[in-house]
Formats: sequence, structure tokens, C-alpha cells
Amino acid sequence: MTRWKLWLPLVLFAGFCALVAWPLIRPPSTDVHSQLIGKPLPQFALKPANSTLPGIATADFRDGKPRLLNVFASWCVPCAAEAPQLGELQRQGVEIVGIDLRDHPEDLAQFLQQNGNPFARIGADDIGAVQLGIGSSGVPETFVIDGKGVIRYQHIGDIRAEDVPMLLGKLKDAEA
Amino acid sequence: MIAELGLAALWLAAALALLQLVCGVMVVRRDDAALASVIRPLAVVQGALAALAFGALLLCFARFDLSVKLVAMNSRDAQPLIFQIAGTWGNHEGSMLMWVTIMSLAGALIALIERRVPERTMIATLATQAFVGLGFYAFLLIASNPFERLDPPAQQGLGLNPALQDIGLAYHPPTLYFGYVGLSVAFSFAVGALITRQVTPAFARAMRPWVLGAWIFLTLGITAGSYWAYYELGWGGWWFWDPTENASLMPWLAATALLHSVSVLAARDALRTWTIMLGVVAFSMSMVGTFLVRSGILTSVHAFAIDPERGAFILGLLALYVGSALVLFALRAGTVAEGERFAVTSREGALVVNNVVLCALLAIVLVGTLYPLVTEAYGVRVSVGPPYFTPVSALFFLPMLVVLAVGPLLRWRRDSLERIQRPLVLFFAIAVIALAGVWFNSSIGFLPLVGMALAAMLAVASFAPAQGRNLRRLPLAVWGMMIAHFGIAVALFGMAADSAFTVEKLVAAKEGDTVEIGPWLATLKTVEPVAGPNWTALEATLAVSYEGEPGKALRPQQRSFWAPAQKTSESALLTRWNGQLYTVLGDQAEDGRWQLRLWWKPFVTWIWYGGILIGLGGLLALIGRVGNDLKRRHAQVRIARRKRTAE
Amino acid sequence: MSTRLAPKHQRLVLLAIALVVLIAAALIAAWGLRSQASYFYVPSDLIAKPPAPGQAIRLGGMVQKGSLKTDADGVTIHFMVGDGKAHVPVSYSGIVPDLFTEGSGVVAEGRLAPGGTFVADNLLAKHDENYVPRELKDMTEAQKQAAVQETTK
Repeated sequence: MTRWKLWLPLVLFAGFCALVAWPLIRPPSTDVHSQLIGKPLPQFALKPANSTLPGIATADFRDGKPRLLNVFASWCVPCAAEAPQLGELQRQGVEIVGIDLRDHPEDLAQFLQQNGNPFARIGADDIGAVQLGIGSSGVPETFVIDGKGVIRYQHIGDIRAEDVPMLLGKLKDAEA
Repeated sequence: MIAELGLAALWLAAALALLQLVCGVMVVRRDDAALASVIRPLAVVQGALAALAFGALLLCFARFDLSVKLVAMNSRDAQPLIFQIAGTWGNHEGSMLMWVTIMSLAGALIALIERRVPERTMIATLATQAFVGLGFYAFLLIASNPFERLDPPAQQGLGLNPALQDIGLAYHPPTLYFGYVGLSVAFSFAVGALITRQVTPAFARAMRPWVLGAWIFLTLGITAGSYWAYYELGWGGWWFWDPTENASLMPWLAATALLHSVSVLAARDALRTWTIMLGVVAFSMSMVGTFLVRSGILTSVHAFAIDPERGAFILGLLALYVGSALVLFALRAGTVAEGERFAVTSREGALVVNNVVLCALLAIVLVGTLYPLVTEAYGVRVSVGPPYFTPVSALFFLPMLVVLAVGPLLRWRRDSLERIQRPLVLFFAIAVIALAGVWFNSSIGFLPLVGMALAAMLAVASFAPAQGRNLRRLPLAVWGMMIAHFGIAVALFGMAADSAFTVEKLVAAKEGDTVEIGPWLATLKTVEPVAGPNWTALEATLAVSYEGEPGKALRPQQRSFWAPAQKTSESALLTRWNGQLYTVLGDQAEDGRWQLRLWWKPFVTWIWYGGILIGLGGLLALIGRVGNDLKRRHAQVRIARRKRTAE
Repeated sequence: MSTRLAPKHQRLVLLAIALVVLIAAALIAAWGLRSQASYFYVPSDLIAKPPAPGQAIRLGGMVQKGSLKTDADGVTIHFMVGDGKAHVPVSYSGIVPDLFTEGSGVVAEGRLAPGGTFVADNLLAKHDENYVPRELKDMTEAQKQAAVQETTK
């Protein structure tokens, strides 16, 4: 067998690697969120998730005051991890409303008792309908909504301590 | 504490693997007896440490330690204990740790027992094994630490994906990993032999048990995976040509080819470079499979969570291992001396044809699986499914069975078809009679028809090598071969019968309604709610009877898990020797009727019986081979001792 | 008796067999992929350049609100799949996937019947909250935009 033929398997393999590396390197076109920035929230109304706090509806966001909308669930581990940061934001005077995803009231009550309750209102989204409508595909996610009910910013994943000033800045921008 | 202990053990094992690699390279470059003597102990200790790390993770899961992130993400306390433990490998990090653990234990085992191959080849093999292991250790320690802590601890676990909460899936991944690891050992042997250029029958004999073992696990893994998809997905099919399934089929095809070529090398000292090449290909296919499943570049009905970063890491490892092995191959293969020659009509010739066709099948499956990626680069989205895979692969698989029937009857080196004329005529007659019999009694498609005829022929042909021989003195390895080939006939019959004779019915029924399906009558008695440990379900009770025989009850369910919230439908099956009745409960229509989907699948179970027979044949061959090797070693020791006393 | 070829020739014969089989595999695979791969369509593409009736394809889009109807047999359903620009009637007999509802994303496997109805053999609905059918991820921004507005009306 001539020498060059022995390199053939390597060439084929290199071709395979190039083929599969392409979709990995190419930035994924899954930015469902970017298109909703600058758009008003869709119309929705969610029933209260527990007996102590009111539920939420689109109209609640149109009072001229910017706030955070946090999508969370008691079964979500990173949501517990971001609870102290939400607490900090609330202490700084930010109003936070929650969308509780596919949850049970008793689990939610326990979650709030253990991690503190930074929320002014919590709506229960049992089928993930609103979640999908606002362009969120996972939990936790946090949206900055301005006083006209327009989505200004979307934060995917848990809020780390270093994200708090950034979110406060976004809220300030939303006021203007 | 346990998690930290596990992490420490993992770091130590990685360090030892690095040492093993460095020492190995130094010894191979210039002999150093002192360094050479530490390599085997290094491999053994490394194996023990990896096992310790995996044990620590198992313990974290068994004790439900929610301060460990992986446990919190993948289990929940209401889960039955078996799933609690299976959660260890039901996720990315844990399954990678399991893989590296099995791999380093395999390395420890060859370090302890393998003495047939020249010591230098052995050291090169162990160094390769350490090289492969090191990549996995780096992957775990840098990119996906399974022992990561969660501070503060979670108060409730996220729960194992309900689709994975099934007893079959608790065993399925480990089975496949045993197979992959066996192939990684074969890969290390191949690279080791290439480094020292000693591609000999002794090397083939050392490699063979690992290939056989890997092949048995892969066979059983695919069989079990197919049955799992069959009853869990509730679609009544047993093979979907889904990327995940193809990912497990491709290493099996390569391992099957390797298994046969390694036999030629061991028995006849032929096909030297080809066997090395297959050793590399088989292992790369197991890595390619893992990559395709884990990277999520191809979506599939049962893929793990997708993650491009991890995909990139696995691809990097794959490119490093296989790329360097192929460079070595290109540089060295030309200098490996040519092996023994043989005629076309000979056992070797038949095995070469088998190898070529298996490689063609492998290429067909690989190309079909990757094709959507090719078109996507041009902006066209396609999916490739059964309409491509089934006929195209059958076109190669079915003719191969003819070679499979004839090959074992041929002699090594040179033979003629005239000598085995009589069995050939017999096989042909059986195939024709079966073809005619099926043709006149039913109207079925072309592929199932040919499949049945070939299955009948192969069932007889697989035992033909025993003809005229004393059955008691027939080696176990030959029994293994015959049973495995018979298993292929059985599985093929099941596939053909299922695709030819399946009856399907979809109805909306109210309580009390009776449905006729093939020879069965099924009556919907009730639909009632039931509860399990972490789910609630609607359960239908169906009274079914076969051709007027006394009735039995079947209870298909629609199950709702509450953590994470997800619905699955649990099919209910009734097995007879000649087939299976398969029932699924659907939704309730507005008028109160329930959707029911029923199948009568004649002889469908033979597919998996065949798979088990193939695995059993492999097991017999493995026992026979290892037994022979042990006997040979005892004999050598005795001769050496006698020589010494004579002196 | 067969003629005894020189060993060198025997090797050539085997090599020739291998080449023939592999080339045949390549050609057949290429032919199979061209004719048997099922292409993915969104409703507006399907209307603009319809595929031949009977050709296996996949159709992806959103199930339109208020379009879902069940036949008297209790197992055949009809609904419209839209992408914001156009919509296509779909019929399906079978048990629908768990998360299939009006307003959800769906990918249907099947073929176009002569009347312009898409007959689905299989429906792949959104599997869980983290999974969107791969093809829907790649819908153009405008299509997605319209689809989202349509389903949240």
C-alpha cells in the first residue's frame, strides 16, 4: 500500500471534526429573548400563587414605576441561590413581582419561609403559558420592566452578587 | 466531608495517570528497568483511587446529601432508593466519572494479569490507557466537577427526569459504558502494538477478551435500549434510527468487525494493519456516539440536557485521541511487516467480506446520522429517518447473511466451494422453500419476505459447523459462534414478523366497549386514578382474551410526575410465546370516551430473545477463550518448571 | 477445480471486492439521502413551493387558537398550523403528545395530501419547558415574533 493512502483515514476524520465543530462554534441562534426587548408585555392575568400576596396582571405594570419580574419556582435550585440577591434588591427599594412556575402552594410557602420573601406580588403560572409568552425558556430568569409595561432587559440564570449593581443601573435607565 | 474525600481521590488518580503516561513514554523511548517496574503498580493504584471517588459519589446520592450540587439537581427524596442511586449516573458528570472509573479499573486489571505480550508493548499500552484516562480526568476536574458543593444547601432536590425513572434505565448506561471501556482497552492495545511494531497473534490473543467483553455489553445494551424505547415511549416501535440509537449501533458494528478480524489475526497472523485500524475506529465510534448524544447538535427523543461547551470538550478529546492515533497509524502502518496470505475462498476471505460489509453498514449509518448537519451548513433543514436507513442498510445486511451462513464452513487459508457443495445446496433449498411458503400464505412486503427466508436458512446454517463433529469435544468458542449466529436468525425473524404482521388499532371507547384486534378481544372496564411514590396516574383496566382463552387484565396508565412536572404514558403489555399485545391509554375526549391505542405484534419478542442469544454466544466464546488461555499458561509454567529441575 | 491464482492476485481480488462494496455503499447512501430525507417546512414555505404529494416532510409551526377539532370517531383531530404569515390545515389520528395544546409549538411528520391538507403520522410537541423543537429555534425573527403574538392574543 502506498504511503499516502495511509493518511486517508486521518483526512476523513478531520472532515468529520470540521463538520461537527461548525454548529458548535457558530453562535447559537436561540436568542429568543433579544426580540422581546423593547416590546410591551403580552396581555395576561395570573391568579395569586398563595393566599397572602395578590396575583399579577399586565395592567399592574403600567403605573409609571419600573420593577423587576422574576420567574422562579420552589423546585428550582438556583432560585434558592439567588434569594439573598433579590432580598438585597428589595432592601434597596426595588419592587419585585414573581411568576411562580408549575408549583404547589405548600412548597411555595416553605420556600418563602426558608429563603425570605422579596416579592410584592406572586402569580401562579401552572402551565408555563406566560413564561413562554414573555420569551423565557427556563428558571430563574429576571426581567426589567419599565413604567409602561415594556420589557427593557432580560437576565437569564440566577442573579449573582456582582449582578446587583448592574440590575439597579438597568432599573435607573428604565426610569428615564 | 465525603464529597471532599472523593474529589481528593479524583485529583490523586489524575496525578497518577499523568505519572503513568510520563514514565511509559520514557520507558518506550529508552529502556529503563527501574521505571518500567513502577508502571503496573501505578495503574493498579490509579484504578483503586478512581473507584474510591466513584464510591464517594454513590454515597452522596444514597445519603441524599443536598449540599452536593449534583445530588440536588438530580434526585428528590420521594424517589425509590434504586432511582436515588441510579441518579448517580443518570446525569452528565456522574456518568463521566463512572466511565473513567471503569476505564481505570480495566487498566488495573490488565496491569495485574496480562503477561503474554512483550513487556515494552504492554507499557506502551498502559501509557496509552493513561493518556485516554487523563483527558477524562481533566474534563471532570476542570469542566464538570461532580463533587461541587452548594452553599447554602438546597432544601429540596430537583428530581430525576421522569422518563429516566425506569428500572431498565438504571442498568442501561453502565452496560454501554462497560462496552465503551472494553473498546478503549482494545484501542490502547492497538496503539501500543503500533508503537512497538509488534502486531502479532500473541497481541491479538491479549486484545480478544476485551473486544469480546465489550461486544457482549454493547449487544446487551442495544437490546435492552431497544426494549426500553419500545415499552417506554408508547409508540409501538422497537427501533427509530434516532441519533441516540445510532450512537450505540455504530460502535457495535465496528466492534463486530473487530471481533472477527482479531480472530483472523490470532489464528492465522493475517490482517495485521486492518485489525489495528479497526481497533482505532471502534473506540472512535464510542466517542463519536457519546459526543453526538451529549453535545445536543442532533436532537433526539431521549437526549440528555444539551450543552455546546461540553460538546466542544468531548470533541476536543476525540480529536486528540483519534487524531494522534491516526497520525501514528499513517507513520507506522507502512513499516508493520505484512502478515500471512490467503485465498479468496477461505475462512479469511469470508471474514474479510464480513468486515467490508460491516464497514459499509457503519458508513451508511454514520452518513445518515450526520447528513442533517451537512445540509444545515447550506441552510436546508432535513431529518433522516427509517425511509432511508431501513432499506439502505437492509440492502447490505441481508446479503451479508449469505456469507455468514457459508463462511464458518470454509477452511483457513485455501478452500473451494465444491468441497462444501452439499450444505450449500441444502441452505439454498431451505431459503427457497421458506420463501415460497411465506409467499403463498400471506401477502407481505419484499424486505420482510426475504428476511424470513434468510432467517430460516440461517437458523439451520448456523449449526452446520457442528455437523460430523463430536458435540462434547466441540470447543466452547465454536458453540459461542453458532449460538450467536443463531441469535441473528431469531432476531431477524422477529423483525420480519413484526413489520409484516403487526395489527394496529386506534379507537375512542367508553367503559364497557369491546375492541377486536387480531386474535384478541379487549374490553375497557374502568378508568380510575391511582397514586405512586412521586406520581399520580389515570389507570385503565382492560380485560383481554386471546381466541376465547380465559381473560387477563392489562392496566395502561397516563402518569403525571410532580417533580419535575411532566407527563408520561405507561404502556401495558401482555406477552405470549407468539407475540405481544401492546396497549396505551390516551386522552379523554369531550364526550367522555377514552382514546385507546392497541397493537398485536406477532413474534416481536423474538427480536430481543435473539439479542440475548447473541450476547450469550459471546459469553460462551469469552469463557472458552479465557479458559484456553489459562490452560495454556499453566502448561507453559509447568514446562518451565520441569526445565529448571532438569538443569 | 478452480484455477489457483497467485497470492498477489488473490489480494487484488479481495481489494476489488472491498472497493466495489464501499463504492456501492456510497452511491446508494447518496441516492437514499437525496430521495428519502424528509425536509423541514414552515407553513409559508409549504404554500409558496409545495412538495410533491406523498413526499415525507416535516411541518413546524404554532397550533392556532380555536382551530382544534375532534372527529366523531374520537381519535382523529384537525387543526391549523401557522407561522404568522400562512397556515396549513393538519389532520392526525392518534394519541397526542402530552404538551400538545392550542397555542403550543409543534413539529408534525407526515405528507401533504392532494387536497392541500397535511396528514401527520406523528406529532412532536414541546417536550418540557426547556425544550423547543430544534427547527423552531431557527424560525426567523419575524416569524417567531408573529407566532408569539398570535398565540398570546
